[in-house]
Amino acid sequence: MFILPISSFFPHPPRLLIVAGHFGAGKTNVALNLAYMLKAEGREVTLIDLDIVNPYFRAADAEDALRAAEIQYINPPFANTNVDIPVLGAEIQRVFPMLEQNPNASVIFDVGGDNGAVALGRYHAELTRLGAYMLCVENAYRPLTDSPEAMLENLQEIEAYSRLRCDAIVNNSNLGEETSAEDLLNAMPTMDAFAALAELPILFTTVCTPLRRTDLQHSLVKSPVLEIQNYTRKLF
Amino acid sequence: MGHKVLMKGNEAIAEAAIQNGCLHFFGYPITPQTEISEYMAKRMPKVGGLCLQAESEVAAINMVMGAAAAGSRVMTSSSSPGVSLKSEGISYIVGCDLPCVIVNVQRGGPGLGGIQPSQADYYQATKANGHGDLHLFVVAPASVQEMATLTGVAFVVADKYRTPALILADGALGQMMEPVEFEVEKKTDLPEKSWAANGHGGKRKKNIINSLFMDPVDLENSIKERFARYAAIAENETRWEELMVEDADIVMVAYGITSRICKTAINAARAKGIKVGLIRPITLWPFPSAALKKAAETAKHFMVCELNMGQMVDDVKVAIDCARPVSFYGRTGGVMPSSEEVLAEIEKIAGGLAK
Repeated sequence: MFILPISSFFPHPPRLLIVAGHFGAGKTNVALNLAYMLKAEGREVTLIDLDIVNPYFRAADAEDALRAAEIQYINPPFANTNVDIPVLGAEIQRVFPMLEQNPNASVIFDVGGDNGAVALGRYHAELTRLGAYMLCVENAYRPLTDSPEAMLENLQEIEAYSRLRCDAIVNNSNLGEETSAEDLLNAMPTMDAFAALAELPILFTTVCTPLRRTDLQHSLVKSPVLEIQNYTRKLF
Repeated sequence: MGHKVLMKGNEAIAEAAIQNGCLHFFGYPITPQTEISEYMAKRMPKVGGLCLQAESEVAAINMVMGAAAAGSRVMTSSSSPGVSLKSEGISYIVGCDLPCVIVNVQRGGPGLGGIQPSQADYYQATKANGHGDLHLFVVAPASVQEMATLTGVAFVVADKYRTPALILADGALGQMMEPVEFEVEKKTDLPEKSWAANGHGGKRKKNIINSLFMDPVDLENSIKERFARYAAIAENETRWEELMVEDADIVMVAYGITSRICKTAINAARAKGIKVGLIRPITLWPFPSAALKKAAETAKHFMVCELNMGQMVDDVKVAIDCARPVSFYGRTGGVMPSSEEVLAEIEKIAGGLAK
């Protein structure tokens, strides 16, 4: 089966991506998947963990794997330790001149949920100047964003905190390991209604292995479908 | 809701509390349980309830005492250091026979410790979460679903026996995400809160809620009456889960997140032909002693696994009258054992039994 390159999902070459969205919507996992996929296409990828909200289950769990894949990874200096202080490392600043000099560079900001997007404010000037493309990741099975109206409210909160506009929606609806194709299809009308309210496109709908793209061949699915892996750390 | 949603354990406790009629929440932020407060702050105003961030854990538990005294279903949550701060208030609440739910999403201790998952507050929760002759009804959820279900149980038991109930979770359960379905504990036989200080309206004698007794004999009598209720809790509310215990040579005893790790290790050990089972206490107080005693009739060895230095070991020894060896494996300080580590311990013990 022919699988589209990840770059082709985006309207422009994905150089500066922001992955924002509701708390627990799966932003980090989407960001990790994008990082690996862009790397596989030969882009020079930097993943920035800007999550100042979550104490556990962060991209830092995948640090070794990211380094092995030669993906630059910038995390808060004390992530996954007992130092309960969210810090934005100075190292982040270097990616902006890098983006200007290297057309093959892709930078992904993995942002904390909801008002965690406030951390983007620190980089507002650079993000605006360099034309960042901001994704709003939502999961219709999250109880506080289980309606189009609630999702719109969440998107507007993120936009207000980040002082940026979202460019597209990622439909990451899932029920964890119990997700069935039927669950994914049941979420489609809610996500379509949200996209219509927000006047934004659904850039892609994720389907996490072991489910496949072919499981979503259905008239309800109007957006492109992206197969992703679950990189969340397993505890048992 | 009536359908599955994907939630963090912390969020599941908060939503379950609301669905079980909790109208008052008093909290103070501390990692790794702050999502409970965050969720309450978003949802309580929408259901006509109150979520208030107090100025400290001490203030929050005393607000719980006030709301409970007025007859409201009320909850507070914290993590280990914050629960220590609440201990005085908890003891006063016990002394006043007030129902409420307290959540401890444990992190590493002692002191400020760390923010990673731990079960090192087992002693505190089951022996003395406050001064005086007291017990709390203590439940230990092991999944996001149980974070929800046992929250309902905690409210019902608290109301039925006029006691604080403690949900003893840990940072991993609080932060991890699993699908969950909500079902409200429907209990119609709960007694009226005729004791509540909620305004007599000139229709009854005033209710006074107090934990101070002028006469030591009165105090002794009140404690004895409370202990009769504790006996009823032990009789009616003890909960546990058994997994492959019938033919097990080795019986593991583990609760909460550790039981999930043990289950993976047990399945791997069974695949290697090692007869190992699990007794998972769901209530830590009352402790499922009878189940352990029965297992000791057939099992050769008990192995306790916790995220601490072995705080449950003595309870297991007492339950089985030291009839079998009880060993321990655990990690502490915020470190979680892998299922491979636990499996290696099982294999070590199985090797010893074979000799």
